[in-house]
Amino acid sequence: MINQKNLRATLQVGLIAGVVALTMCMIGIVQSFDVRDVISETLSLGQILLFAAAPVAGYLASRRDKKAGLPARLLTGLLGGLLAAVPIYLLILLTLVWTTIRTAFVNVKPELIQIITLGHDSAAVGGLQLMLIFTGLGLVGGLFGLIPDQFRRAILNGLGWSIGLGTMTETMIGILRARVSSATLNTLFGKTGINLVPFIILFLLIVGLTYWWRGAGQGQITTVRERLSPTQQTWSRRTATTALILFILVLPSILGVYLSEIINNVGLYILMGLGLNIAVGLAGLLDLGYVTNFAVGAYIMALLTSTSQYGLESPISFWIALPICVLAAMMTGFFFALPVLKMRGDYLAIATLGFGEIVRVLARSDALKPLIGGAQGILQIPQARIAGFFATVSDVVLTPINGLLGRFDLSLLQVRGDAITFGTPPQLYYLIILACLLMLFISYRLNNSRTGRRWLAIREDEDVAAAMGINTTNAKVIAFTLSAASGGLAGAIFAAKLGSIYPHSFQLLISINVLSLIIVGGMGSIPGVVVGALALVGVPELLREFAEFRLLFYGIALIVMMLVRPEGLWPSEVQRRELRGEEDDMMIMQPAPGTAD
Amino acid sequence: MIRRFNYIDIVLWMIRIGIIGIVIWGTVGKLFLGVGTSYTATNWIDFLISGLSQGSLYALIALGYTMVYGVLFMINFAHGEFFMGGAMTSTILVALPLAQAGYINRFPILSLLAIFLTAMVISMAVAVLTERVAYRPLRRAPRLVPLITAIGASFFWQYFFRGLYGSSLIPFPEFRMFAGKLNILGLSVPKPDLFVVFVAVLMLIGLQLFVQRTKTGQAIRAVAEDKDAATLMGIDVDRTITITFAIGAAMAGVAGVLFSIVFRQLNFIMGFTPGIKAFTAAVLGGIGSIPGAALGGLFLGVIEAMGPPLFLEGLGIVGAHQLKDVIAFTMLVLVLIFRPQGIIGETLSEKKA
Repeated sequence: MINQKNLRATLQVGLIAGVVALTMCMIGIVQSFDVRDVISETLSLGQILLFAAAPVAGYLASRRDKKAGLPARLLTGLLGGLLAAVPIYLLILLTLVWTTIRTAFVNVKPELIQIITLGHDSAAVGGLQLMLIFTGLGLVGGLFGLIPDQFRRAILNGLGWSIGLGTMTETMIGILRARVSSATLNTLFGKTGINLVPFIILFLLIVGLTYWWRGAGQGQITTVRERLSPTQQTWSRRTATTALILFILVLPSILGVYLSEIINNVGLYILMGLGLNIAVGLAGLLDLGYVTNFAVGAYIMALLTSTSQYGLESPISFWIALPICVLAAMMTGFFFALPVLKMRGDYLAIATLGFGEIVRVLARSDALKPLIGGAQGILQIPQARIAGFFATVSDVVLTPINGLLGRFDLSLLQVRGDAITFGTPPQLYYLIILACLLMLFISYRLNNSRTGRRWLAIREDEDVAAAMGINTTNAKVIAFTLSAASGGLAGAIFAAKLGSIYPHSFQLLISINVLSLIIVGGMGSIPGVVVGALALVGVPELLREFAEFRLLFYGIALIVMMLVRPEGLWPSEVQRRELRGEEDDMMIMQPAPGTAD
Repeated sequence: MIRRFNYIDIVLWMIRIGIIGIVIWGTVGKLFLGVGTSYTATNWIDFLISGLSQGSLYALIALGYTMVYGVLFMINFAHGEFFMGGAMTSTILVALPLAQAGYINRFPILSLLAIFLTAMVISMAVAVLTERVAYRPLRRAPRLVPLITAIGASFFWQYFFRGLYGSSLIPFPEFRMFAGKLNILGLSVPKPDLFVVFVAVLMLIGLQLFVQRTKTGQAIRAVAEDKDAATLMGIDVDRTITITFAIGAAMAGVAGVLFSIVFRQLNFIMGFTPGIKAFTAAVLGGIGSIPGAALGGLFLGVIEAMGPPLFLEGLGIVGAHQLKDVIAFTMLVLVLIFRPQGIIGETLSEKKA
């Protein structure tokens, strides 16, 4: 029933899954996420992560041999689950023998053992209990492999969404509290997570929806859309766009202060991502010193507007300083680009990394302290504000709109006193979203411009591009310079947002974050930058326990994306065609619906 | 070769002149005009010795970069993490328990051996795992792809070890045998520095012999020369690449223990800066060459130790010692700009360059 080959594969898969689960325990992931309940007082995210090893191992093990019969599949699944528990069980036994293990491994605490053994008094017995559960889950994993493909996808989708929404309980309560009665809230949510019954309903709902969508729904909706007349189609598109713009405008009043702050951080990263995307995504120049531009923008803003000793004698306003910051960042980009242009790709990456580190060390050195404040940074950077004529005009326009929106508990930017200040997160949101929209527009235009096509040519093959008469040197200098502009803009807003800047805000990690979000979103893809920023900056900020492991997951994300989906989550057209080959070429040859007339 | 003279060349010449100007001006200011603190001859010798010991550490780490670059033409960005993983694990799991039991001063040699062995094994394990998961599937991918996974691996390992051992500074136990100084030819040399140089030289000679004399070494050289031809000669290329990674990592593990002995403080980001500097050393000496890595490391160590007191203080810069890293990173950028083939290296063939 189980042959030797089968057994070896099962052994391999089971133990790898077990080691992964053990790693998650030992580096503290399971324990950190245990405080966040998905189903209130029943199941925590940490437990889900721990137990996930078993069904995954069972599923993979049972699918190694596609021709195996039902009993063999179930047995391999069961065995896979059991094996996944072995490393963790060994850890439990080890803690019994080596009681001072905590001095070496800080995260192997008694609390962790409590979680693994499900609070059982005797750790050894609790461990056996865990093994039983793992075996059972392995069997479930094996069974899961037997379900038809459509159902499997629907179930996975349902699990993903309901666990994701359960994790975001706090956020949802925060949004819903003002709009829904507390009785409804109490039925939906417990103290720490979704209640069990709503969770199951949510799960079934999503499974059903996914199944319907994959089966018939998608087709039906497309048919409905196609039946509309061209004018109707245009109108429906316009309505959708208007609704989207309205939604973007009132978003901070829906989200509240805390979530607006998160969106602002995402926005700053979108700005930087759009900038770096020009160098990395379009021109193929891997720039690991992007934080330099961010730092230059922030420092110039601080030096020009700060009222502290490092600022100007008579500080200038944010709005005049902003273009100067962008220009300064562009100059930096230009001058750093000149010497590195002739380098090969990987040397260029390391050299730009070197530049970034030089700038950081210089910024915190005593040598430059009289100029830019050294390690203590620059304080007293004023907020951006609009006063005078523009404020009066805005007041006239905004007050009636706000009055109207106020009926729905929504609002736009408000004029307070006789000026608009960008101080609180909801206010800053408008500044950042404006900058993002501007950069999105510029990026779209650049993408389809002559220069943009030049960059693509250089990215694909520099020698051929040069042979085609492209001045590669100039094109690369332009790429670096323009890419720096957006970083400078982000830095300038960052300085005005925080009110003070320190050299330690400008570490290599920022460059790596921006690079990661571009790669996860899809190199060279503009929507990809937004998706990447939401996934890599937004989600971790919502899960505060995540902060400690953020870079661990970034590292995994970079590797996994390169191995599995090098084109990114939302690839650009060109990249997708290149990497996925012919299947998409076929689609391009067919006229897209609606364009024929 | 005739080509158009463009503005980039002017910029490059200005950089050359600027750097030489700074160095000469600073040195003159220091030596003849006496700007800044004045140092005695003993001070200068101390700078030189600490530079040499630091340089031998860079040389050991640089070996890993150079060997991997030799066979795969890729920058193994995660190499600094192999160094860190070995050092931290051996300190926490071996050195500290041994110190607590009082063994390290009763059997110093045996304890050291145990620490070195653990560090080497852990570094090798980390390296082999990284190669298997993050590099091997991407052998045929464009060159930037493995660099990106290497960056990913680097951050993964940093935060993996942070999760295992915590983020606080970990003290390396004090060996009585490394206390004090030793007199050699009238110079008093701190014992740890002497030990570092001694071990590094031993490892370098051993590695050079291994690569030149053994069958495995021959296989590594063959793979570095031409992978397809090596396959035809019956060499298991994947296995050889794994061995190359393992050897480089073992050297990094040794360097990690030496680093702990000298600096006696460890944490999870200790691998980053030495990693980048060792890469600089590897490029300085001509990447792909083992003696080059040794020379590059020593050169970088000495420049880094002598630079701040010599030409930076000579320029009248306050707190010049803080700018040690700036010198190293500037060297990195300058070498990559002006002599990517290294200061002593021969011109690389088209394929390698």
